[in-house]
Amino acid sequence: MKKLLSLTAALALVAGATFAVAELADGYVAVEPTAEDHPLDEIISGYQFRIESTRATQDDDFENPGMLLLDQALDTWTEADGAAGKACSDCHGDDPMESMKGVGTTYPKFTEEGDNRAFRNIENQINFCRTERMEAKPWKYDKPDMLGMTVLVRHADRGEPMNVAVDGDAASYFEMGKEMYYTRYGQLDMACSHCHEDNYGNYIRADHLSQGQINGFPTYRFKWQGVGSSHRRFKGCMKNIRATPFNVGEDEYLALELYTAWRGQGLPVETPSVRN
Amino acid sequence: MKLYIAYFALVSATLAGGAMAAEVAPEDVKIVDGAIEQPLTDTAGDPERGLETFTARKAGNCLACHYVESLQEKYQFHGEVGTPLDGIGEAYTAAEFRAKLVNPKTELPDTIMPAFYRTTGFNRTAGKFEGKTILTAQQIEDVIAYLMTLKD
Ligand code: HEC
Ligand code: HEC
Repeated sequence: MKKLLSLTAALALVAGATFAVAELADGYVAVEPTAEDHPLDEIISGYQFRIESTRATQDDDFENPGMLLLDQALDTWTEADGAAGKACSDCHGDDPMESMKGVGTTYPKFTEEGDNRAFRNIENQINFCRTERMEAKPWKYDKPDMLGMTVLVRHADRGEPMNVAVDGDAASYFEMGKEMYYTRYGQLDMACSHCHEDNYGNYIRADHLSQGQINGFPTYRFKWQGVGSSHRRFKGCMKNIRATPFNVGEDEYLALELYTAWRGQGLPVETPSVRN
Repeated sequence: MKLYIAYFALVSATLAGGAMAAEVAPEDVKIVDGAIEQPLTDTAGDPERGLETFTARKAGNCLACHYVESLQEKYQFHGEVGTPLDGIGEAYTAAEFRAKLVNPKTELPDTIMPAFYRTTGFNRTAGKFEGKTILTAQQIEDVIAYLMTLKD
């Protein structure tokens, strides 16, 4: 309960500040799971497992390289593109930091327009808007345009708790993601849970294992020298265990994204976070 | 008949060549009561080469998970995922180590430790590792020889 309180205190700080992650860093350690059947006793952001200098880079918006993509996306927001001659702002208003509040914490989920209904993450929803409403070309996954706009949507909710729904239609994705999380893959024959549930807090060679939470995504990674999606991270972890990854943006990773988001339910969004 | 002779000649050439000493194929290894009595190759394990395999990131990478006090100075970054292996040479026989390395899941179905000499039962193995073992039979024997040196 103490932990929940410290989160609430941190969120209260956030409410008054424009850039609140620095305050957040001191204020919270972990949140307690609310779901009865949650596998973790406490839910901890990947931030807590990174070294001081990495955290400091995340905490300072002028140092955080991920913020550059946000700036670009803020420009793109009002630029018309595609045959319909529309920009994001034509449907969503001129201030995305207002209109996108409460959005980023809830994806992936089912979205629909007319009879076109599908389970989408933010990236896929952005492309849906582009192709259906703007009649523009879809953006490529993990390329700067797409990453920047995804960062923007998530950033509008920075400091807000992750809040995905796993019931109703989403339940089948939740179950699929859960099964994947505990499935061994690759020649090294490990599951996500071996590293991120059984061993978080332990070092595996030079790496300090976190819970593999996705509240900071898209994240800036020093290793990537750039920003990347949670799906890119899933791919990387699967390659490390010598497995054939699944495709970014497709059902398997959408399911895994939903399930990992649920494992981090309540963690404040940190996008764009900074990791090594 | 000619074909048969050619085949026979090829096989003996390979054996005589020494590059491929007789070894037990992964699918023929049997773990009995947590042990594999028969060495996987004819060549006795070499502890020095075993140490190399033990530490190399692209080979055993055992240090990723295991801490070894005597390697502390020379090798950085020992993992905390597995048991520290100091003194382990007194706890098990070579035959028991062989079983643990070939496939630790026979004894511990949930373990994170990989099976180092096994080619089947994997899920979505990446193309270039498909059908291959993580370590060769000789590397397994070498690592066992190294583990046997870890006495208090
Ligand atoms: C062999 C161990 C291992 C396995 C298995 C593994 N990971 Fe990871 N993962 C890591 C390491 C090491 C890192 C980097 C340090 C950290 O954040 O834990 C990481 C990082 C992550 C991150 C980034 C966390 C952050 O805060 O930025 C996510 C998300 C993640 N993993 C998800 C997964 C998922 C999903 C799976 C299964 C498909 C998986 N991992 C399997 C070792 C592993
Ligand atoms: C990804 C992690 C990981 C790697 C890599 C790994 N191990 Fe292990 N190992 C473990 C864990 C964890 C245990 C403890 C058994 C358990 O609870 O699963 C263990 C147990 C052992 C034991 C038995 C220890 C005891 O006290 O009973 C030996 C011996 C051993 N490992 C040797 C090795 C060697 C040699 C290598 C490399 C060729 C290696 N391990 C690679 C995780 C690992």
